[in-house]
Amino acid sequence: MGMSVFCSGVFGRVAVVLHKGDNVATALMNLCRGCEVVVWRGGEEVRVVLLDDIPFGHKFALEDIPQSGYVIKYGEIIGRAIRPIKRGEHVHVHNVESLRGRGDLEVSGGESVWVC
Amino acid sequence: MFGYVRSNGGVGVRNHVIVLPTVICSRVVAERIAEIVGVVWIDNQHGCGQIGVDLELTERTLIGIGRNPNVAAVLVVGLGCEGVRPEKIADKIATTGKLVEHIVIRDVGGTLKAIERGVSITRKFIQEVSMLRREEVDISSITLALECGGSDATSGLVSNPVVGYVADKLIDLGGRVVFSETTEVIGAEHILARRAVSREVAEKLLEVVRRVEEKAKSMKVDLRGGNPSPGNIQGGITTIEEKSLGAIYKAGTKPLQGVLDYAEPIPSKSGLYFMDTPGQDIESIIGMLAGGAQIVIFTTGRGTPVGSPIAPVIKITGNPETYKLMEENIDFYATVIEGKETIQEAGERLFNEMIEVINGKPTKAEALRHWEFAIHKLVSTF
Repeated sequence: MGMSVFCSGVFGRVAVVLHKGDNVATALMNLCRGCEVVVWRGGEEVRVVLLDDIPFGHKFALEDIPQSGYVIKYGEIIGRAIRPIKRGEHVHVHNVESLRGRGDLEVSGGESVWVC
Repeated sequence: MFGYVRSNGGVGVRNHVIVLPTVICSRVVAERIAEIVGVVWIDNQHGCGQIGVDLELTERTLIGIGRNPNVAAVLVVGLGCEGVRPEKIADKIATTGKLVEHIVIRDVGGTLKAIERGVSITRKFIQEVSMLRREEVDISSITLALECGGSDATSGLVSNPVVGYVADKLIDLGGRVVFSETTEVIGAEHILARRAVSREVAEKLLEVVRRVEEKAKSMKVDLRGGNPSPGNIQGGITTIEEKSLGAIYKAGTKPLQGVLDYAEPIPSKSGLYFMDTPGQDIESIIGMLAGGAQIVIFTTGRGTPVGSPIAPVIKITGNPETYKLMEENIDFYATVIEGKETIQEAGERLFNEMIEVINGKPTKAEALRHWEFAIHKLVSTF
């Protein structure tokens, strides 16, 4: 178990969860693999041990997200997991795809998903 | 606050003389004239080989830039054979009552004669407009354009919400706010559509977003890489949906009054408007200025030097590293992530900064003469 990081301020933290329905948090500083991070989701305290280094501004999972599961930020769908994502893992282009503007799916005959 | 009251009632926050080429072929002559006299020139790359709606869009944009109340006098410079007719552009600008003249390179006999003639006209213009004085005006005369570029995760967390506060406050005071970049609404259009004042406005918004997404998909590639861009991705933005959801915070919380075409004149009614433009920053800003906006607030996460030839562009970031790195290009740093102020406090500070800029304080982009100009094109040239 790594060290626990927490600081106070306006955003007040090392990472922020923007909506109570979110399954990811955004790092407000460079965070290291192995750290235990404390974030607030709505009124709930969530403790997550990071499985990757998370650069400033990048996201990590607050819970396990299954393959094809939605990634939720701002309380809205921002994409879909292209493989299972573990709690504490870096969530970014290597494991999340967009559901919109996917001309590449049309060319391969795959499905194109609309979420309006 | 103080501005230049034009004879048609428009209020300028700047008092520019501009040299406006109607075609790429007259661009160098326009630049030389402007440099000799020390005025602004418009870097128009188009005007020839354009037809139909694409030609109309270029004309509407050039006319709109000339009609913008920040512009006191216009010298239109044409070559003489282009589809965008210099005399037509000059006439449409002249109905505002401002000083307008046009010269045609072919008619006056070449580069040197055109420069000589253009310099003598603009020399006269700058002396005449220097006599105009700022008068006390109401803030309800302001149309604020919003832009975001070089976005990163801090754009949606800090700078866009801070600008959203300013947008709401300006609308409460009777002003207009316009935002744009249709590509960067993909994934957030359902939220904006709920804020539309009517079903027609909501449907038009959904339609322009659908159209741009279809256009992207017709290229048979993933939009990602173009938008979000490599810089956006490095800054933590994973998908266009995430970028859009962060981007719309800059539009505040007021009802959406209308959806405008590119460079369409912005209505005089107070409130929030959306303009259908590409996500490319320069084309987007120029569309909104051609629509009549007098000032721009531009949020950035990664940093950008961009300005505009005819309006002050206030650059704001919420990213502490970017501010340190590119302070020479960024006017305003919202210290929210460091915990030194709240979104509302930063918004109040930015509103005050905007008033100072309206009153004449040059932005960093103005001081560095960042006069980026581009017009959205609908089809290739013929």
